Amino acid sequence: MTFPSFTLLAQSILAGIFTGAVYGLLGLGLSLSWGMLRQINLAHFALAFLGAYLTYQFATYGGLDPLLTLLVIVPPFFLAGIAVHWVLTRFQVTPLNSLLVTFGLTIIIEAVLQWIWTADYRRLESSYAEHKFQIQGVYLPLPELITLGLSGGIALAIWLALTRTDLGKAIRAAAHDGPIAAAFGINQRALALVLSGVNAALAGIAGVCIALSYTLAPSQIYSWIGVVFACVMLGGLGRPFGPLLAGCIIGISEAITMAVTAPSWAPLVSFSLLIIVLLLRPGRV
Amino acid sequence: MRRSLLLVLLAGALFAAVPYLSLPAYYESVLYLVFHWIALATSWNLLSGYSGYFSFGHGAFFGIGIYTTAVLASRFDVPFLWTLPAAALLAAVVGAALGAIAFRVKAVRGELFALLTLAATFVVATIVLNTPIDGGPGVYLSAVPMPEIGPTPSSSFYLLALAAAVLTIVVALLVYYARFGLGLFAIHDDEDVAEVMGVPTFRYKVGAFALSCALAGVVGGIHAMFVSYVTTGDTFTVTLPLTVILMSVLGGTRHWAGPAIGATVITLLLYSFTAGDSAVLGKAAMGVILVSVILFMPEGILGYLLKKLGRKPEAGRAAQAGLPLSAVPAEAPPEALPPASAGEVLLRASGVHKSFRGVQALRGVSLEVRRGEILGLLGPNGSGKSTFINVVSGHFPVSAGEIQFGGRQIAGIEAHHIARCGLSRTYQIPRPFAHLTVLDNVALPAMFGARQLDRAQAEREAWRWLAFTGLTGRARALPDELNLHQRKFLEFARALAAQPQLLMLDEVLSGLTPSEIDEAVALIRRIRSQGTTIVFVEHVMRAVMALCDRIVVFNQGEVLAEGVPAEVMTRPEVVSAYLGKPMADESGAPVFVAEGVHA
Repeated sequence: MTFPSFTLLAQSILAGIFTGAVYGLLGLGLSLSWGMLRQINLAHFALAFLGAYLTYQFATYGGLDPLLTLLVIVPPFFLAGIAVHWVLTRFQVTPLNSLLVTFGLTIIIEAVLQWIWTADYRRLESSYAEHKFQIQGVYLPLPELITLGLSGGIALAIWLALTRTDLGKAIRAAAHDGPIAAAFGINQRALALVLSGVNAALAGIAGVCIALSYTLAPSQIYSWIGVVFACVMLGGLGRPFGPLLAGCIIGISEAITMAVTAPSWAPLVSFSLLIIVLLLRPGRV
Repeated sequence: MRRSLLLVLLAGALFAAVPYLSLPAYYESVLYLVFHWIALATSWNLLSGYSGYFSFGHGAFFGIGIYTTAVLASRFDVPFLWTLPAAALLAAVVGAALGAIAFRVKAVRGELFALLTLAATFVVATIVLNTPIDGGPGVYLSAVPMPEIGPTPSSSFYLLALAAAVLTIVVALLVYYARFGLGLFAIHDDEDVAEVMGVPTFRYKVGAFALSCALAGVVGGIHAMFVSYVTTGDTFTVTLPLTVILMSVLGGTRHWAGPAIGATVITLLLYSFTAGDSAVLGKAAMGVILVSVILFMPEGILGYLLKKLGRKPEAGRAAQAGLPLSAVPAEAPPEALPPASAGEVLLRASGVHKSFRGVQALRGVSLEVRRGEILGLLGPNGSGKSTFINVVSGHFPVSAGEIQFGGRQIAGIEAHHIARCGLSRTYQIPRPFAHLTVLDNVALPAMFGARQLDRAQAEREAWRWLAFTGLTGRARALPDELNLHQRKFLEFARALAAQPQLLMLDEVLSGLTPSEIDEAVALIRRIRSQGTTIVFVEHVMRAVMALCDRIVVFNQGEVLAEGVPAEVMTRPEVVSAYLGKPMADESGAPVFVAEGVHA
């Protein structure tokens, strides 16, 4: 164990923030659907990877700019989210069972990904990856900056929408006490459908970011579950900035752990943090 | 139960003969996997299916078993079979430690427990990977000698897995029919009520967790030898617990045989797909099955079939020990309790405080309950009557003050100990165990209350109390099928079956029709005539006046008045607590006068 130099430390912290941005973006949809719809949506990860593979496909074979694929991905994902939510409410699925149903969906999507793109690793080659800024020996890669911008911007937009618009206030009221909100004339079901559509769209956006910075394989879906859940719990359910902030905390602590010890120790930090939060502050959820 | 046990052992013996039939070896390897998953799923179900605490950390304990065997056998030359008890022990110790921490935090239930155990898996995996236990490259067991249990090496594995599966199923079956099992099912439905009725919930959960982990550890130990090369990447996965859950939910988590059925179906299905070179299709099929089972058959295959056959699993159990209805006398009085020496103090509360964060619900309540009396607790809404019952029964811990029951200090001790001292209560809104039959609902407090009866005795006792409360005809029903009146009487029967010295009734009459109230009043009289002391929270003044020997009036968390009902209710401070102070208008004449008001 050696103490890292200043540049290495700065680069680690920055890398942590960049990773945290992806955690936050992935966690946002999860946090909103858990906190406001009481559904634990494992399929969120699978949808994100579906989005990532579609981005890869359009960019590699269609020559489409990865950011433009957002326009193609978001509308159908929005509809898919609505469909999943409709099914879950139609059968009155409990939170725990929603976890199991969406796990089933995850397996199905994973099988589809494996069938179309095989289990081999895929990597998106985009022009963004060539751009790097350098400030005092610290590198700022463009794809990561895009992710950070999207993650922060979306969290802000969601926060504004939830706190400043009537629609957002109605959604929060319905999440807090559905029957009472309904008694005040809020169409809770329609709002829940819209929100779940937004969540699925967020998965699609996260997918584009994953495709920009990470190597893709169907089995990778599962490697994100643990740490992103840690961010969601740490950030508090249903809070727009929660997952992003928690993601950065976890990302930075992981990056520093990697720099100071071996990379393989990194999960210990995030999961110990999650366990501590669960035991000391279970009321956050 | 004995029949099921024999059936399982017989099936085990039959399967043990397979290696001697000289079938192609691949039968043995397929069946190895079937038994492997049966044992894993059934062991998971012991805690998670029975008590409803879904663990996503089964992979951690399976992995601890794998690495215990791998390290002991490959580095310390411990004979393979001797590593298995070590694997079980280590997994159980880690599981019990995790449980002892997690179960102390009340809010860690449901999804939070699932996440906690999932996180624990990754912590264990990271430690194993980065320490010399594994160190990164994995552990080889190819040099470890495999004992010759069967005629061929593959049959030895087959027989070991079979033994593990039979052992696990037998444990699951014994627990299912035992006091332990009923306690776990009660925890599943309503943990707080279970605790108040005398189920030692913490100990049961830790015990079930340790047992479940020990069995997973054994399976892991066997599997380490089977795969002969173990890595953390293949061992500690998210997919293992999810697969185990899928199997158990598919088969039915509320029955000992459910996980075994689910495991067999899924393993054979996956095998048939991989055999046909379409693993992807098999995976997709597994997903489709999981989704459709939860949507269309939430109770699982076994739950669905038992329902179709018109036999609820719980009802089936009750039928074995139940008495014929005609044998139950309509109003069998239970054996007389020690003669009530009237006037002796049974319960003494002094200076009891209870605050919920900022809200002071009780501010120094002192009162006495005398043996043999009916004491009415009255007061406006929010005055602290129900809180008092909740505090005395241990449902909430006291903030300060002392409560003595029969000379024993009960403030601050766990609720199940209070129940065992001979104190029982009803809930204002009935809280029956939703998945237990009416009979089991009543038998449970008889088993866990003051008298600690065994199951058969408790069921006989339950029949008696069902007759006493007029519920005999609904014994096999589930609480959902009862109307409000019957549910209230079920609350009565449950509280009575514990044979308490002190019975606390929390608004048992609210919501009943006048004729139902008359029935209930008669019932309460019958209870008292057996020598049971009763504390009675009620708003129905007709019943209060008819029943109570003394009343205590609460107001804003304090005792306002105490004495004989007719006298107390006319005191001006009591009247004003209920109806507010008369407000003088400008002429000085009261605009509102309350005289002889009976709430």
